Amino acid sequence: MWFFSEEHRLLQQTVRQFSRQELAPRIEKLDNEEGFNREAFLKMGELGLLGITVAEEDGGAGLDAVAATLVMEEMGAVDASSTLSYLAHTILCVNQIGKNCSSEQKKRILPKLISGEWIGGMGMSEPDAGSDALGMKTKAVRNGDTYLLNGSKTWITNGPVGEIFYCYAKTGPNKRDLSTFIIEREIKGFSTGKKFSKMGMRASPTSELVFHDCAIPLNNRVGDEGASIKMMMQNLDLERITISGISLGIARASIEVATQYAKDRKAFGKPIGAFQQIQERLTEAAAWYEACRSLTFQAAKMWDLGLMKGKDASMMAAKAKLQSAQMATQVALDAIQILGGYGYTREFPVERYMRDAKLMEIGAGTNEILRVIIARHMLGTEVADA
Amino acid sequence: MDFQETIIQTDLRNLTRQFVQKELIPRIEEDEKNERFRPEIIEKMGKLGLTGIPVPEIYEGSGLGYQEYSVAIEELAAANVGYAISVAVTGLPQVIINQFGDERQKQKYIPPLAQGRDIGAFSLSEAGAGSDAASLRTTATKAGDFYLLNGTKHWTTQGDSANTLIVLARSGGPGSQGISAFIVEKGMEGFTYGKREKKMGCHTSHTMELLFQNVKIPLENRVGLEGEGFKIAMAALDSGRITIGAAAIGVARSALEVAIRHAQEREQFGKQISEFQGISFLLADMATQLQAAQLLVRQAAWLKDQKKPFSTEAAMAKLFATDMAMKVTTDAVQVLGGSGYTQDFPVERYMREAKALQIVEGTNQIQRMVIGRNMTTRR
Repeated sequence: MWFFSEEHRLLQQTVRQFSRQELAPRIEKLDNEEGFNREAFLKMGELGLLGITVAEEDGGAGLDAVAATLVMEEMGAVDASSTLSYLAHTILCVNQIGKNCSSEQKKRILPKLISGEWIGGMGMSEPDAGSDALGMKTKAVRNGDTYLLNGSKTWITNGPVGEIFYCYAKTGPNKRDLSTFIIEREIKGFSTGKKFSKMGMRASPTSELVFHDCAIPLNNRVGDEGASIKMMMQNLDLERITISGISLGIARASIEVATQYAKDRKAFGKPIGAFQQIQERLTEAAAWYEACRSLTFQAAKMWDLGLMKGKDASMMAAKAKLQSAQMATQVALDAIQILGGYGYTREFPVERYMRDAKLMEIGAGTNEILRVIIARHMLGTEVADA
Repeated sequence: MDFQETIIQTDLRNLTRQFVQKELIPRIEEDEKNERFRPEIIEKMGKLGLTGIPVPEIYEGSGLGYQEYSVAIEELAAANVGYAISVAVTGLPQVIINQFGDERQKQKYIPPLAQGRDIGAFSLSEAGAGSDAASLRTTATKAGDFYLLNGTKHWTTQGDSANTLIVLARSGGPGSQGISAFIVEKGMEGFTYGKREKKMGCHTSHTMELLFQNVKIPLENRVGLEGEGFKIAMAALDSGRITIGAAAIGVARSALEVAIRHAQEREQFGKQISEFQGISFLLADMATQLQAAQLLVRQAAWLKDQKKPFSTEAAMAKLFATDMAMKVTTDAVQVLGGSGYTQDFPVERYMREAKALQIVEGTNQIQRMVIGRNMTTRR
């Protein structure tokens, strides 16, 4: 992008090299075996990637949303699974702690998350509250110096491997009575449920979080009681902008593989790239990718400049996420089609790209809920929810 | 063409559905995971008459048409595309030998295949000859009473379990005119298996590389005349496309059923998600596309059964039905959201299976070439 700074470009190179060295050699096996590249997180820590958006005085890199999105694209082009885990750690957990926690809490928790000694995650969705996030039922009841937490969270990226979870719970009878708690793995009454077997993103472990009379010390509450809703919603916007970087990465990698194949593969005496059917798919993919890349980085840049307030930010983020996710899925599908039988095998990575891309249309807000957000903004809730 | 199924078709549908419920559904998730193919399932289907549907009764087939064949394949694919393909591929040598073979070949090879005692395969593609099949390089060189077969084949479905394989090889000069078709039997000296492909889906169906090193094929195992191989292969693919279209209908139908059930059961924002247009319109489009594809497949099968030209219609049916299946299964995952992405529900498997159907039996790019060429070639 024309507005990338020298620092952004340097970061891009660093992450590209890191991804090639640390992620590329292992992802195929980890995808097959539903593993997790734990070592990569220590390396990310050394490179300063884990606290990318956290202020320097708190031990972070003090970079912006453009930088975070760049990292997602570069890593996502190689290993979308680890990138998703990285996003859950960095944007959903570490960034929120950096923004909303007290300095005592930050000192206690951030260093080990930023070094990669601990893995972090976030708990919002529940079995019966997915798209309808405010319908959550997990309850925290104040009891002297502690809160008693009961309920369960689902679809938690890094659930099986995380040490720290940034979790939301109801502290009152109304939908908007939401509070945030830092959950440490050792806390009594806390467990992570079964690990999900998934279609893609298989090297990014997902599970439930279960709270059974879990006594959370008062100093693990983030901010004031009942004051979490705005912080939660704002971070969803940042999540949607940055996760679009993963869609971009998957699409870029798909296009690269398909383009190379269209040059190499011959049929009917010429390279298949000479056939207009193949050209159509390749060119549409490249154009759609560029459009989504512009949209996504523009959203990130506007976020960084503070040019979007409230609902404007939500709308831009939703548009970027909605388009890039659909684009990535279609582009990865088309890449398989261009490679034909080879694309269907695990000898080429495009079938993995496609399995990974499909999650982009579901995680961090399904296509459907993003359309609701955009519609509400365009039509007003009186009309959109009539 | 009648819009109503005949009694025979409905009976066949019910028979296949019952078989699938009892024999396939209970073990399919596990077998998919372990990439396990069970020949005994084909044998059981054979006893029910499901493996030789379109070949005459004198060769122990069922003597029915492609409309019936499609019904059975659709029901199998509704449970697992792997076994649907297995039956379709076991059908290929039967159909080829029945149409182009001599009496000895018919009597020797068709009955065990039609009865499910033997498994069939069809081997055309090579590393450098996929869509452009006429450029294949495997050679069949005449040496006395034999042809010596040499070369490597790719993408042979169930090549590792097949007893009877139709292999296309070059017995003459370059181009499509130099290709002949041969019957190769399992265990022939010099015939070995290469690697088994690691695939995205359809794991119960093994995709094999086949190696032929001076394999002695008796002259009497050539099907049709020398140089007729390409014509034979194309005719087989024309019919095969109807079965792949039927498989696409089956897998899409299952995906739609799961999506509808989920949309009725799942509640968000205090109501069934089916009450949101974002979901109900998706379901409406899925159902409409499915119906349209069903009609195209049935039309192609009917044309073939009436012995009318059907090549263009079969290509259209394959193209439309498999693109439809890709879309419908992808949307089914979307309707189920996070649950659809997990292996707790079958829709992500359906989606992985549907993708294969856009590639096999002629990629959808090839279907467009066939349709375009058939429409514009001056006769």
